Amino acid sequence: MPKMFDKSYVQEKVDVCVVGAGHAGCEAALACARLGLKTVIFTVSVDSIALMPCNPNIGGTSKGHLVREIDALGGEMGKNIDKTFIQSKMLNRSKGPAVHSLRAQADKAEYSREMRKVLENQENLTIKQAEICKILTEDYNCYSGEECIATKKITGVMTFTGAVYECKAVILCTGTYLKARCLCGEAITYTGPNGLQAADHLTESLESLGIEMRRFKTGTPARMDGNSIDYSKMEEQFGDEKVIPFSFSTDPEDVQIDQVSCWLTYTNEKTHDIIRSNLDRSPIYAGIIEGTGPRYCPSIEDKVVKFSDKERHQVFIEPEGIHTSEMYVGGMSSSLPEDVQLAMYRTVPGLEHCKIVRNAYAIEYDCINPKQLYPTLEFKDIKGLFSCGQFNGSSGYEEAAAQGLIAGINASLTIFGKQPVVIDRSQAYIGVLIDDLVTKENFEPYRMMTSRAEYRLLLRQDNADLRLRRIGYEVGLVSEEIYTKTLHKKKMIEEEINRLKNTVIGAAKENQEFLTAHGSALLKTGTNLAELMCRPELSYEKLAEIDPKRTPLPDDVIEQVEIEVKYEGYIERQMRQVEQYKKMEKKKIPADLDYNDISSLRLEARQKLIAYKPVSVGQASRISGVSPADISVLLIYLEHYHRV
Amino acid sequence: MKTDTIAAIATAMSDSGIGIIRVSGDQAFTVVDKIYRNKKNERVLTKYATHTIHYGFIVDINITEENETIIDEVMVTVMKAPRSYTTEDTVEINCHGGILMMRKILDTVIKSGARIAEPGEFTKRAFLNGRIDLSKAEAVMDIIHAGNEFALQSSVKQLKGSVSDKIRKLRENILYEIAYIESALDDPEHISLDGYHDRLSEKTESVSSELRALLHSADDGRMLREGINTVIVGKPNAGKSSILNLMVGEEKAIVTDIAGTTRDTLEEVISLGGITLNIVDTAGIRNTQDVVEKIGVERARKISADADLILYVVDSSLPLDENDRDIMRMIRDKNTIVLLNKSDLEEVVCEDEILKEIRNTCAALCEKVKIVKTSARMDSGMEEVMDLIREMFFHGKILYNDQVYITNMRHKEAIREALDSMNQVEKSLEMDMPEDFYSIDLMSAYASLGRIIGEEVGDDLVNEIFSKFCMGK
Repeated sequence: MPKMFDKSYVQEKVDVCVVGAGHAGCEAALACARLGLKTVIFTVSVDSIALMPCNPNIGGTSKGHLVREIDALGGEMGKNIDKTFIQSKMLNRSKGPAVHSLRAQADKAEYSREMRKVLENQENLTIKQAEICKILTEDYNCYSGEECIATKKITGVMTFTGAVYECKAVILCTGTYLKARCLCGEAITYTGPNGLQAADHLTESLESLGIEMRRFKTGTPARMDGNSIDYSKMEEQFGDEKVIPFSFSTDPEDVQIDQVSCWLTYTNEKTHDIIRSNLDRSPIYAGIIEGTGPRYCPSIEDKVVKFSDKERHQVFIEPEGIHTSEMYVGGMSSSLPEDVQLAMYRTVPGLEHCKIVRNAYAIEYDCINPKQLYPTLEFKDIKGLFSCGQFNGSSGYEEAAAQGLIAGINASLTIFGKQPVVIDRSQAYIGVLIDDLVTKENFEPYRMMTSRAEYRLLLRQDNADLRLRRIGYEVGLVSEEIYTKTLHKKKMIEEEINRLKNTVIGAAKENQEFLTAHGSALLKTGTNLAELMCRPELSYEKLAEIDPKRTPLPDDVIEQVEIEVKYEGYIERQMRQVEQYKKMEKKKIPADLDYNDISSLRLEARQKLIAYKPVSVGQASRISGVSPADISVLLIYLEHYHRV
Repeated sequence: MKTDTIAAIATAMSDSGIGIIRVSGDQAFTVVDKIYRNKKNERVLTKYATHTIHYGFIVDINITEENETIIDEVMVTVMKAPRSYTTEDTVEINCHGGILMMRKILDTVIKSGARIAEPGEFTKRAFLNGRIDLSKAEAVMDIIHAGNEFALQSSVKQLKGSVSDKIRKLRENILYEIAYIESALDDPEHISLDGYHDRLSEKTESVSSELRALLHSADDGRMLREGINTVIVGKPNAGKSSILNLMVGEEKAIVTDIAGTTRDTLEEVISLGGITLNIVDTAGIRNTQDVVEKIGVERARKISADADLILYVVDSSLPLDENDRDIMRMIRDKNTIVLLNKSDLEEVVCEDEILKEIRNTCAALCEKVKIVKTSARMDSGMEEVMDLIREMFFHGKILYNDQVYITNMRHKEAIREALDSMNQVEKSLEMDMPEDFYSIDLMSAYASLGRIIGEEVGDDLVNEIFSKFCMGK
């Protein structure tokens, strides 16, 4: 039995304590330290900083968008993967620009090492290996005129050994470590991911502060010894010929490296038979697991049961790094017992003689219902307490990092006494992610998806810098030099679009010949270059032939010009929707509004509004159970409230 | 694209001499301009000075054919922001009263880009724009609240079962396609969109054509249980069913038999020269110990409570008794026609006697009651009953349940929007746009149709993706 300290003592006074050094913690700590705050980042194991305990990649559909946005705001994830990737692909290239998504295979150990280096070299930042077991607060009375419902305020944290770190803000990013339990068939261990020490003490402290906890579950597949795999029975999957970096600051030349391959194989009826006949030994199907698992990353058991008509499922074999032969078996996460796992994996072509290095397992952990947070990621009830990542009920490295960055920024701004940053749904996937977390009922770890972003035509990975650099600059995480570059890029794009719209193309013979050559309809009257570019068969590049006045422009500028001109109609439609949306977001609701006062609200709506305490009418309208008529009532009440 | 300009009939939905349709919002002038012509048949509305009134016509614009047909001769009042009730640009169309006319004009206004106002919305806008004072706030909230409760209860209930089934089916189909596209976008390595273009093309066509059919049926008022809710009540054997049969028989135009009505009540829809009556025949009312019969009586009470018009059938050959007084109390202050039936037999109850009884039992009813002698067997007196109904309706005595009509307008609006979205999908398909563009408009169509059956979008898509498609990792 572990034994806690006998006597606590004040170790140090700092500005911010970050609890956890995963992807959320790293971004949070870096943001605070870079903004000049004295910051300590705590981890149960310094060797696990920026650990990737599940899949060996960064990015992917919608997650790639998040990484780009993090980068535009001045975060680290994009730069770090650019330094440590071993394969890269732009997904969905054949589809619309809004859903192009960058995904890179990481060298996991390198990724972790590089991030650790960045942390170590960061001024104002201290790394400390310690388990935080208590959050320290004092009672708080909101001063008059302060819009506030907090009853407590952060004073510090305490470690397992009794050291107290006094601070002004705490950022919780405990990932899957709180009261973690790993399951591999009948075998249960009380550890965090990868056999790392769990954090068993903090939950109780949080509950005593009135924080509502819940339990979630996730899982990971086995890792194989690459030497035991027969790749000749699999399809090789290559990276892109020309690699595009994640970070807007990375020189594209620097990422043209020799890439490694991934491999594709399939399950078959034999695999499924083994799974089906051993379902009673799966902790999920036997009812031993109580947490809610994610539907988007189902275990192979789930896939076989739920999609029983599918004859085979894809299996991606992905390297875990360059200096290891371990391979990740994508698509086959499982919590079946070890002997069943081995039998099941060995039915897959190429894995007949495989050796498992690490077993697949399911993991359960404590996290919160994020409706307790403001969109700034601060707890409504506790001033100075912020949280992010899997602790907030999300899933994925990128989702975690995005929240970490915002939590770090807002903890800092709050300490400086400045207005916190809330990125809205029309500005970034980060906005969608956080708004969904704090506004909607989530019953499983939340994963970003492009379909969750209603304005996704505007929120492309290619324009994240144009959307967010300004915010990063204003916060202080983006340098003047970089921001000026972005402004310059913006100007070039606007000027070029204007030029295209104002360059008249007549029905002259050479123009008609050009159109014929490209299988495009002939002109009856004059038009302009922008109009021609909208034709599916024509592009900016092709139009060079009839556009002699063109000056050479950088690739990223041309890309923006092309997208904005080609999809103008659709983009404009979304911009109009955004206008409507913004109107409602701008109507703020005082934090201490008493909904019981508004008798015309339907009961269900009133209860929901009391539970969520939305910050704006817009947010209120997205809470399920609040109808448009309730919103009308609320609007009138607010008008009344403001006028009195 | 719908603007946030709202429209509604501002006067009572009755046959008054003049009706007013009010349009408010930044697009009010543009919307009315599309359908208003001055006496020289010119489109000049936007040129009028504020607070002026003008003679002209409202025309039905048919985009496909270029000929316009005149709907009504009107006076339009133009009020520019902020000098109007809502403080927004406002146009009031003063037309000839008459329910059918006002509806037709409102429908045209909606077609040209306004949307139907929510209950209390003009006042809400007036308030939010600072036009009316604080003391009204409570009242406005109550109107919205009440209107909302009503809409929530009625809009789905009024929908015919077959229609809501059809809409559910359409939504399911649309959602499946969105989920398919979205799961392929989210997990391109597991789900492919090869050859999808053609499949969606077919699907889109079939959804569009069903939507067009729905729109037609909405135009004919066939989507909702619309009409004057007329309930026949009386003691057992007073001749209620014979009266119903006569009414139905005389009007050969039985529109539908609504299925699902209970064993003991029978519902018929008849059309009486442009007025639709939903006639419900109820079980005879008497004090009874019989359980089944009791249920029937209870139901009759409930139905009568919602009635716009009561046909109270009295067997004039038998004396009035406690059961009759019960019925009178039940009818309370409803518009009622008393049918002194079996006038071919020896008269025991005369007009005066029943009036006296009503006065004693339920004075409020006196003002709303009309008495006609009928004989179902001899088919006499029914003509008079029909004339009476027509007269009561056109003189605004029976207030048409305009909420039903408004609901129908909203449904139509929603279907039109869904259809527009599907057309946009077709356009995107023709232009060979990438797949992610299709799902934007499919989603709009899905949301529009959801409004009809009172369902939000919520997490439908994410749920559909996970339940129908096997995602990777």
